Amino acid sequence: MSKKENIPEILELKQAYEAQVAKTMEKRPERRKEFRTGGNIPLNRVYDPTDLEGLNYARDLGYPGRYPYTRGVQPTMYRGRLWTMRQYAGFGTAEESNERYRYLLSQGQTGLSVAFDLPTQIGYDSDHPMAQGECGKVGVAIDSLADMEILFDKIPLDKVSTSMTINAPASVLLAMYICVGEKQGVSMDKLSGTIQNDILKEYIARGTYIFPPKPSMRLITDIFEFCSNNVPKWNTISISGYHIREAGSTAAQEVAFTLADGIAYVEAAQKKGLDPNVFGQRLSFFFNAHNDFLEEVAKFRAARRMWGKIMKERFGVTDRKAQMLRFHTQTGGSTLTAQQPENNIVRVTMQALAAVLGGTQSLHTNSMDEALALPSEKSVGIALKTQQIIAYESGVADTIDPLAGSYVIESLTNKIQERAEEYISQIDNMGGMLIAIEKGYVQKHIQDSAYSYQKAVESGDAIVVGVNKFQIKEDHADMNLLKVDESVGERQVQKLKELREKRDNLKVKNTLENIRKAARDESVNLMPLILEAVRNYGTEGEICGVLREEFGEYTENIIL
Amino acid sequence: MAEKKIRVVIAKPGLDGHDRGAKVVARALRDAGMEVIYTGLRQTPEQIVDTAIQEDADAIGISILSGAHAYYFSKIIGLLKERHAEDIIVFGGGVIPDADIPALLEMGAGAIFGPGTPTTVCAEWLEKAVAEKRAKETV
Repeated sequence: MSKKENIPEILELKQAYEAQVAKTMEKRPERRKEFRTGGNIPLNRVYDPTDLEGLNYARDLGYPGRYPYTRGVQPTMYRGRLWTMRQYAGFGTAEESNERYRYLLSQGQTGLSVAFDLPTQIGYDSDHPMAQGECGKVGVAIDSLADMEILFDKIPLDKVSTSMTINAPASVLLAMYICVGEKQGVSMDKLSGTIQNDILKEYIARGTYIFPPKPSMRLITDIFEFCSNNVPKWNTISISGYHIREAGSTAAQEVAFTLADGIAYVEAAQKKGLDPNVFGQRLSFFFNAHNDFLEEVAKFRAARRMWGKIMKERFGVTDRKAQMLRFHTQTGGSTLTAQQPENNIVRVTMQALAAVLGGTQSLHTNSMDEALALPSEKSVGIALKTQQIIAYESGVADTIDPLAGSYVIESLTNKIQERAEEYISQIDNMGGMLIAIEKGYVQKHIQDSAYSYQKAVESGDAIVVGVNKFQIKEDHADMNLLKVDESVGERQVQKLKELREKRDNLKVKNTLENIRKAARDESVNLMPLILEAVRNYGTEGEICGVLREEFGEYTENIIL
Repeated sequence: MAEKKIRVVIAKPGLDGHDRGAKVVARALRDAGMEVIYTGLRQTPEQIVDTAIQEDADAIGISILSGAHAYYFSKIIGLLKERHAEDIIVFGGGVIPDADIPALLEMGAGAIFGPGTPTTVCAEWLEKAVAEKRAKETV
């Protein structure tokens, strides 16, 4: 890639090398006929400068904090400040989760990440029939501001940043967070954090949708607008490839479908008259980190370069911050094995290292026991320590983008970009991401990848240590798994009953009616009205219930 | 007599959105020659049992990764009994701790397949279980 490299000389050397390889292979063939990355990109035996002939350093890589941001979004990256160590956590009641958060903060975690239970994520109160059996299971049960006050008790919202994995009812939970801030004396312009708020990947891969696409996009862009004016430090969306990858996509598909979702959000917000130079600064992303180390590092770099280009060239964005792809990473849940669970610590370490070498802004490391149950406190502790060891002992955080210039890394970065751009152009040709989802195009590609991976594992073509090779007889009886108290639902139901007796029900009714009226008029921003209902202890289920009546519900387009 | 194809309903009860496993299993069973009806997400136990009865299914495969397995298995198995359809085989998989499996089997689940199970193991088990069930029916 440098003009000083003497390509003819290299080619001469290469020829000699290849002759030698041929000889070696006669005696000892390679382990496989063909080597490919986890995402099915063919891998050369060895990479050299001839693989990077088209690469232009100034144009394609540049410097950290500068366009096209391939090397990172901050000029000093981790030398200035380490990534935020943010473990996704929450289970049972607000009281129990509050205790877990305070434990994590006491262990040196630097940001919170709230997991809500499924009824909360789908806009049902704990006393709704659909909530039965699910309360407190995959996250904390939150019905009203009263629960949220307990969840953040003694946690100063002006000091921690909080990420909330909430999508369809994101406005409601953000409103609750704002109200807790108010009670702590922290005004909303001082709050920092993230709501996931990414409905498109819910339709594609994660499943916690409520409303159809159109009103869902309105709720999202209402949040963009409201936060631009009132909660300027808040990341209004976390455009997520994580779940797309967990559903089975390849690395290149993860990048492609995530950025295509991003394009759809920018277009929707532009249509509303919002300026991408402004709201674009608060778009954030969320990626997965799987095992294929080199491909993963390349993936993060490619995604950053592509988003910079999309914002600059496609949307004409000039604000630097709005061109930057800032992202959270979580290690790959689906790569964890129930067999020999301690091995997962090693997998998570590699994946976390890839995320750090890829320049992530925050990181969740999975716990070793997650293929068996919700993580125990001990295994969450080990996962967090894994990040601390990478940060403080490995040395990789002390120089920026250390793998840049590696022939294979740059080559894979280009390959991922090429493949992802191909998908994005197909989606563009179909008329955009909403249509591609409606037609099942995205889901089909993901499922095909998932199925071919499963077949590769079953044929032994892909090896998973402890699962299809190197198995041992084992017993998990001594693993101290977390058990969620089955009575969470009952306790929540009781709390709701008391709340409905105590609050000013007439006021709640009025605020809900205001939401209903506004739902019918697209020119009104729903966010202030939701805030008002929440402040008066209207429940999540009541607010989403009104919106369900007005907007209708999404029904899944089953693709198999 | 030509062997009747095995009919199996793959179901996602409750609010859990993790459908990778369910879809992979559905496809693998289909590739193994079975007729597969996949319910999609957010099914109530009543809907699942209705589907299985209407489709004249031999078996229901339940996929749960949300931790709500005890509730849904007991609900679905209970409803099958209520509707005199307990001959329909119930099996499942997902993130289900080992310690919880005996209770599910006790309730009447035929088998629980944990993470990492080859789909062929699941298909072979189901073929055998359905053959046994049909043998009983013809007696």
